[in-house]
Amino acid sequence: MSLIERIVELIRETSSSLPEDVLRALRGALRRERAGSSASVVLGTILDNCALAAKRGVPLCQDTGMLVFFVHESLRRRVTPVLLGRAVALATERGYLRRNTIDPVSGKSFDDNCAEGVPAVRYCDRPGVTLIMKGGGSENMSRQYSLPDSSLGAGRDLEGVRRCLLDAVVRAQGYGCAPGVLGVCIGGDRAAGYEVAKEQLLRPLDAAGASEDPRLRALERRVLREANSLGIGPMGLGGGTTLLGVRVAARPRVPASFFVTVAYMCWAARRRTMMP
Amino acid sequence: MKRLTFPFDEQTVRGLRAGDAVSITGRIYTGRDRFHKWFADGRPIPVCFRDGALYHCGPVVVRDEAAAGGWRVVAAGPTTSVRENPYEPDFIAATGVRIIIGKGGMDERTLAAMREHGCVYVQAVGGAGALYAASVARVAGVSLVSEFGAAEAVWHFDVADFRGVVAMDAHGRSLFADVAAVSERRLASSRRKCYTDGIRSSAGR
Repeated sequence: MSLIERIVELIRETSSSLPEDVLRALRGALRRERAGSSASVVLGTILDNCALAAKRGVPLCQDTGMLVFFVHESLRRRVTPVLLGRAVALATERGYLRRNTIDPVSGKSFDDNCAEGVPAVRYCDRPGVTLIMKGGGSENMSRQYSLPDSSLGAGRDLEGVRRCLLDAVVRAQGYGCAPGVLGVCIGGDRAAGYEVAKEQLLRPLDAAGASEDPRLRALERRVLREANSLGIGPMGLGGGTTLLGVRVAARPRVPASFFVTVAYMCWAARRRTMMP
Repeated sequence: MKRLTFPFDEQTVRGLRAGDAVSITGRIYTGRDRFHKWFADGRPIPVCFRDGALYHCGPVVVRDEAAAGGWRVVAAGPTTSVRENPYEPDFIAATGVRIIIGKGGMDERTLAAMREHGCVYVQAVGGAGALYAASVARVAGVSLVSEFGAAEAVWHFDVADFRGVVAMDAHGRSLFADVAAVSERRLASSRRKCYTDGIRSSAGR
């Protein structure tokens, strides 16, 4: 199979099958919710939907999202933005992706999902080619805080960060298609904040993906536990599963700034890696 | 799970409570932004909604002669309902629709119209486009497709076991409002706990 066909296949698989760690988290959540409750009905529907989409190889959600490719530095000359664009155009033609790219000035659609900066490509030290697909409903729930924030009583410390994260969860309610995942960046400038926060969504939800820094690992666990006690639940209809995971990273900041950036990911946390 | 079958009579619908899981079988019609505007402009409604269901959905539907009805539904998840808030109370009063299906809930005025006329709001699961497409047993027809295009047309779906949760009932209760109030109260009480308290208490055990 040619490289371009293998990328098309990566797109199809990412769009139709959730990663195993996300499925495990959803199944675990279903076991914990009371049978017959709204939460259990919603989680059951989500899992049935995932099984059906995987079986048929069709998009599991009609919002196939904004595509970001993370490509290892060493592949810069083989896996070029042009090649990735051609793969996206092919995948769109075959119905693996919705026509999802709009010119914000004219309102017209780029029918092949290719335009300046789209799909997004980032060369980094992550092995292979990793694709993440994030829908608009969840992206609308992402936000950035600047500490101190007196409305939250949040100062420039981990307690302040905790307050921001719980505030983001309450503001999102079910509108970002809960249960979601929080990717978080503490520090950085505003642009790095959003970029690094989104990158944290690539980390698995099981123990292998937990932060190596014990302070951040404790924060991840605590916010997950506290968010799930808020009662928001799947799709905001109530229940004990509001988040599937929290993944935090920290980046240096300048003395004058202290940003906390939250990338909210929906339950359809689509990501996948291939080795070309 | 409460099973609802078209036509949906007023007594059954008024018997539903916020939080009830439901499975819908029979005819439902899609209608979203352009359809609501069309109604508000006083244009004729092409189908009868009395004791029926309206689904806020912009499906992906393709021509397929092999499929029942000549159309195949690829994805049919719910779209966000708040955009129809300005039109929905009048629509409920004028048509006698009993079930509105969508995502994210609707406003106080719509909730009041639901109580007055006997209608409920069913939350479908956002993102579950593949499953809802599979619950469409047959596309019985389509209206206003030349005016609005496929994504905004009024599709006549015959569904089987279309699942959702009653999120706003005909008694003035909205799960969205309840959940928002509870979570805000709990958030406020979590602010009284301090981060270092948590570390100390977990380390002490």
